Parts: sequence; C-alpha cells; structure tokens
Amino acid sequence: MLARALANGGRFAEVFAERRRGLSMSIDESRIEAVQSGAEEGAGVRVVEGGTTYFAHVDGLDPADLERAADEAAAALRGERREPRALEAVAISPLPIELRPEDVPAERKAALLRELDERARGEGDEIAQFTSSYAEARREVAVANSEGLLSSDDRTRTRIGAQAVARRGDAVETGAETLGAHRGFELLEDDPGAIAEQAARKALTLLEAGPAPSGSMPVVVGGGFGGVLFHEMTGHGLEADHIQKGASVYAGKLGEQVAQPLLDAYDDGRLPNEWGSDAIDDEGALTQKTQVIEGGRLTAYLYDRLTAERDGVVSTGNGRRESFRHLPIPRMTNTYIAPGDATPEGMIAEVEKGFYAVSFAGGQVDPATGDFVFGVSEGYLIEGGKVTRPCRGATLIGNCLEALMAIDAVGDDFFMKTGICGKGGQKAPVGTGQGHVRVGAMTVGGTEL
Amino acid sequence: MSELSTSAGRAVEAALGAGAGAAEAYASRDSGREVRVHGGEVESLTAATQSGIGVRAWVGGRVGYAYGTDLSEAGVEAIAARAAEAAAVADEDEFAVPPEPAPVEALPGLSDPAVAAWTTAQAAELALTVERTALAADSRIVGVEQVVYADAAGRVAIASSAGVAGEYESSDCFAYLQALAEGDDGRETGLGFGLARGPDGLDPEAIGAEGADRAVAMIGAVKPTSRSCPVVLDPTVAASFAGLIGGALSASAVQRGRSPFAGRLGEELASGALVLHDDGRDPGGSASAPFDGEGLPRRRTALIEGGRLRAFLYDTYTANREGTASTGSASRHGYRSQPSVSPSNLVVAAGALSFGELLAEAGEGVFVTDVAGLHSGVNPVTGVFSVGASGRAIRDGELAEPLREFTIAGDLVAMLGSVEATGATARWVPFGGSVSTPPLLIGAMAVSGS
Repeated sequence: MLARALANGGRFAEVFAERRRGLSMSIDESRIEAVQSGAEEGAGVRVVEGGTTYFAHVDGLDPADLERAADEAAAALRGERREPRALEAVAISPLPIELRPEDVPAERKAALLRELDERARGEGDEIAQFTSSYAEARREVAVANSEGLLSSDDRTRTRIGAQAVARRGDAVETGAETLGAHRGFELLEDDPGAIAEQAARKALTLLEAGPAPSGSMPVVVGGGFGGVLFHEMTGHGLEADHIQKGASVYAGKLGEQVAQPLLDAYDDGRLPNEWGSDAIDDEGALTQKTQVIEGGRLTAYLYDRLTAERDGVVSTGNGRRESFRHLPIPRMTNTYIAPGDATPEGMIAEVEKGFYAVSFAGGQVDPATGDFVFGVSEGYLIEGGKVTRPCRGATLIGNCLEALMAIDAVGDDFFMKTGICGKGGQKAPVGTGQGHVRVGAMTVGGTEL
Repeated sequence: MSELSTSAGRAVEAALGAGAGAAEAYASRDSGREVRVHGGEVESLTAATQSGIGVRAWVGGRVGYAYGTDLSEAGVEAIAARAAEAAAVADEDEFAVPPEPAPVEALPGLSDPAVAAWTTAQAAELALTVERTALAADSRIVGVEQVVYADAAGRVAIASSAGVAGEYESSDCFAYLQALAEGDDGRETGLGFGLARGPDGLDPEAIGAEGADRAVAMIGAVKPTSRSCPVVLDPTVAASFAGLIGGALSASAVQRGRSPFAGRLGEELASGALVLHDDGRDPGGSASAPFDGEGLPRRRTALIEGGRLRAFLYDTYTANREGTASTGSASRHGYRSQPSVSPSNLVVAAGALSFGELLAEAGEGVFVTDVAGLHSGVNPVTGVFSVGASGRAIRDGELAEPLREFTIAGDLVAMLGSVEATGATARWVPFGGSVSTPPLLIGAMAVSGS
C-alpha cells in the first residue's frame, strides 16, 4: 500500500489502519436504556510532498478498500514514483488490561449502573433525577510508513459518568462526576458507586448556593480536574501547530520565565494506565514524558511528526488522531502541574476575600489571543481565610500569560482526572492533574454585580 | 431500489431473524473532501468515503442499537444480531414502540450537483481566495491561522418492519477562516464563514473580509466595567443561545425534569418580539430533509409565538409518553447514533430594525460578537449561564471601543422575556445546530468585567 501511495511521488507516506469496538449504555429514570454496540474498521492513508499532505480515508480493511485509499491519496500528486523502505516491525507492549470488558457479561454492566442509581438516590429525597452512563471502547491500531516503521497498539478504555439533579421547591441544581482510565473492567472493581454519591452530594450542596461574585480576586482551584486550567491556558498554546502559525501566545517564549519558580509541569503519555496514555502515538512514535515548564521556565513544545520536521526536532509522541478518519495533529496526552508543598487549607487561609473553584464543567481557550474561559461546576466563596457559602453559575475568565504568572501556590494533594478534549473537530481522551493551585488574581464572572 | 435500501431491508430481516419483534435500519453512504490552506499553499487535501448502517431492534418494550461499517451480507447480519442482543440488556419500557409510517413529501433542492462537478483544484482556489482577501483587507492582518473548505454529498436510506421506507440525497459545503490581526498588545483573531448546498453558493471574498474585519475590530480591546446593561447579540451569538433554548424544548429533556421549560407550555415567557420556529423543511437550512432520523416527515413547528411557549419537540418515544404525535424531531448524527430528540433548523423571525436602529435602541450597552465556554458555562437543566464574551461597547447608540475578557450571565428563560427587538436581516449560522437568526437586542444582561 505504501508503494501504491507513492506512485506519483511524495517524500513520506503512511498507512493507519484501525479496528474499533465499543459498548455503551445508560440508566435514566432508574431504567437501563440506550444500549449501543458499535464495530467499525477502516484506514487512512497520507502522502506528504512539499508542504502539502494528501489524505484519504475509507471504511473497511479489505485489500480493495486500502487500495482505494492509497490511490485517492496519490491522485493529486504529479511526481515520479518513489519506493518505500522495507518495513521493520517495532515490538511494543500495549498497556496491560486485566479484565477485558468484552469478556464481562453486559448484564453485569447494567447491574453496575443500577447500583449507581440506588446509591445516588440513597443520598436523599431531594435527588430528583439521576442518570449514569457506562462506556467501553477498544481501538486496535497499526501504523506503517515509508521510512520502514511498522508498529501497532491495542487500547482499551473504560469510563463511567454520573449526573444528579437535586430539587428543593423551585431550586434545581446538578452535580456530575466521572471515573475513567486506559484500563479494562478492573477499573470498576473498587467501589465505582462512590462517584454516584459524589455527584448527588455536589447537587445537594449547590441547593444552598447563592449567586457567584463578580470581579477580580484570588482564586483557589481544586486538585484533579482543576488541572484543566493548565490544560487550556498553557497546554494548548504549547502544541506546535499553533506555535508555527503564530497563533499562540507562547510562540518565541521557549526558555523564558512564564510562571513563578515554584511551578513544574509535564505532558506524560506514559503514565501507567492513565486515561490519556497510549504505548505509541497515532504516528507510531513512542509516547514520552515531556517537561514543559521547569521552575517556571518554558522548556518544551508538543510535537507531532510534521511540526517536528519543520522545527528540525524529533516528535515528542504527541501526534494523535480521533480515528482513521482524521489526520494526526499535535495533542496533549496527560498534562499536569507537579505537586508542590502547599496545603489546600494553608492557601485558603491566606485569602481574605476570594473564590474557591473545586471543579470545572470544562473550559476553552483561543491560543492566539490567550483568552480563556472556564465554567465552574462547584464553587465557594472564601471570606476571611475560610470557605463560607457555595455559589452557582460562576465562570472564570482571563488571559493565559497573566494567569499562569499569577499562580502563587501549588498544593501537595496531587491527583489525576479524565477529560475529553476537542481540537480541530477531533476528540481525544486526555488526563488532567494537579494538587490545589492558587491564582493570585483572576476574573470571576457571576451574576452578583 | 438502491443498494442502500437493500442493505437496510436486509438488516431489518436479519434483526427479526435474530429474535427482534420489530426492527429499523438506517444506512448512509457519503463522500466528501476537505482542503486546508495556509500561507498561500495547500496544507492538506482530504478525500473521504464513509458508509455504514445502524440497526434499532425492539424485543418487547426493550430497545437495543448496533452499528457498523461492514455492509456485506454477513456484516449486516452480524450488526442486526448485535442490536437484538443489546435490546436484551435494556429494561422494559411500555412507550418504546416502533414508529408507524406516515406520508412523506419529497423535498427537492437538497443536493447540488456542483459538489461533484467542482475539481479539487477549484476548491483549493476558493480557499486560497478566502485567505488572499483577508490578508489584503487591512495592513494589520498579519496572517491567517487557517482556511478550511469542505464539502460532502451523500445518500440516506431507512427501512423498518413497520413499513417505514425512504431515501434521499443531500449535499452541503462550507468554508471558514481564522484571521490574525496584530495590535500593540498582542494578537486578535476573527472568524469568517459561509455555508451552502454547493460551492457556487459560497462567496470567498465576503468570507475572507468578514474574518479580517472581526480580527481588526478587536485591536486595542479593553475590559468593560461590571454592570447590568442592554446587550445586542450578533447572529453568531444569538444562534448559540437559540440552540440552547431549542435543546431545552426537546420533550426528552422536559419529560425527565431536565429543562427550565418543564411544565410551562402555554405560558407567556417571551416578549412579543421573539418568534421561534423549528423548520425541518426550510431549503436554506442544512438540517432540512424530507424525513427525520426515524423516517417520519420533517415539518415546521411554532415553538414561541405571541410571547407564549407553543410546543415542545417530539420523536415517537416521547410522543407516546404523552399520547401525542411526533413533530418529526428525531435527529441522528449519521448511522453511528440512534435517533434522539433535537431541533432541526431553528428559525428566529427577523424584525423591522436595521442594525443601526438596534444600536440606537440599545443606547448605552454592549454588542457581543463572540462567546466562549458554552459547553461548560451553561447549565441546561436550570438554564443558568455565565459565559466568556468579547465584542464592542455601544455608546450614544453607536459602536465604540472593542471589549474583551468579560462574561455575560443570566438565565435562558428570563432572557426570552427581555428580548426587546430583533434585526431585519437574518443569517444562517452553524453554531447551536443549524440556526437562522437576526441580531437580537436584550433589554438587560449582567456584564462582568473589571
């Protein structure tokens, strides 16, 4: 196929083949529903010549399907035939899966959702609605390129999510929690029902919430999914495609002090069985641990193959694609702020008037301007060094460079959480992590003016 | 009968053979291309073909779904068997009954032969023209992050054991760019876009100019002071909010107590200025089709009219729960997704005021041109929202300095009541689904800046 793809020339050709299997279901109104089973296979073929990538993808893995993709990718080229190098298989070990989800009866997955439903509703009569979902997905991928690389990976991810709605009179609040990993069903053997109770408790807590404050103030951000703050305000701006197009506020800042010396941060695609981990990226490069900030200094960008080539460096193993239907682009894997030495209690105690964002519903950044926004899913007011009352409907906004520099405390209570990141129309599983972090000043946008 | 309908029919038979009491199959095949341009060169050219089938199986009141890409005879049989297997896992639901067929009227004009006729070189030239226009528009435009042109043409077929059968063809295309402007204190981005059934319907110069205008307009932006004030929403922003409201009007959200509109049918929630329809047959809307995701006719439904909440949107299942009829609102994102209730094309009626008159009416306030963080800043259950925004100040009824890094906050229901006027010119926008809307004047909204 590689020879076929290079029939009209090209300095690089690659075939990416994939088989996807998945099962998902949910519980709503205490009924198991939306049971869905998927099976897809297909391939994407790309040929690179000059600055242009020619890409074609097809559904199906029959030789005829692959030939069609290779011919379509080559169709727009007008050069001389090139020969690919002989393939040499690279042996890699996929991340270990102890209990394959497909070997577990579907009824057991339904029973798990029923348990979550009962436990959430057990948190009190004010839990008016509860919905929970289960999803397993296996991606077997193989990649071969004209430079002789042949590699493959076998990835299984499992994830559950819980969302509770609490009601008291006219007040309605929601709470959500997730648990996921690059693991099999063994992920769910250690009390998965706890996330249902956590989601329910969040919703119940928010019933007491008042309006969120507005204006600039110190913000303490919670551990785990609080790391989405760093993911958005720094991680995306370090992806080399944004840098090379002048569409990142971090362009030209390598080696510069972009944060206080207390800050160290990494992108690490090799964290054992983490949600954003894989053995290889989707171009066949081994995933790696990349320190992006060392002592507050910007030390690295995140590269896929083509952006690395352009900068004369090697890929950092960040070439990821949603499926065989997409081109690889530089993407984060698991991105986190390394643990510091502050305690959550200590950093809150030092705040006279501020905001405590325990977790986010998500966030968004424009890497070119650095403007970001985060929706707070669980937030509290800090008054006189103490957490006082819950707030609803808060958003944090700001500019990356200012907010990153304003991080003045990093907690020791580190943990990771799962996220689904969207970029260029492609979704990718990413891990985010940190202990509690304090930003000296940030704009909180609430309704209390 | 086309090959697709044959596959769908075969899948229905196979599901019945695998133990399903009733079955429905949705098959699609499409081909598309995408051109990305940067710095006067083609960065990537993508050619794509996709085909697959999704099967819904009913076993008593239990429903299961399976999909796959293998359309061979054996492949389709395996998918159908998995659907029946999935149904066995679901719980019994008395309202889960297969849709009964209803007469479907053809909807011509969904497919533009120009999509197939245009060469890739023509498509690339269109994208390059977008980029050139943006770069030439203003000396402060220093680059274009990327220009994307994409088109697709395809066919959909549906069949069911209850007698639903249908097939149609459609095409669409779009182009957009993200222009970069350089100011004294950093870069600004500006989005320009266009969408149509075929490439002849796109105006590359207008798309390029819009991106450049939007980026340049943001140079020197400052934070507004926090206050409650009149707000004018650009159509791109109004569309996002219309999409959120449309989603909350779907019967599945309402019936499950997850909509701020639950129990409020017939109430006077909106100002008379706001008229909202769901129109699944508007030829301009990209979601238009003769039938919906379960083969029932698409139609026009008044959602908000005369200030009152007139209707919710239903598929067969949600309609059965209330003993009413489907509004043809079962949507799918291709064969991989089972049908669920959502708006087709949302149409906000245009009013009488020119853009200048809307600003004059606002007097002192904010013109919001972009919002960010909608997926995380809006609670669809309560309707409470707080999202990041940028735009321009409105002073003495005219546009003044650019504004950035602020939020607008409120709740969706209250917002409907404070729509004071709508602009005279509506535009199709691909945000919030497929929405046609003019700019909207909101009487008062919480703006949080410095």
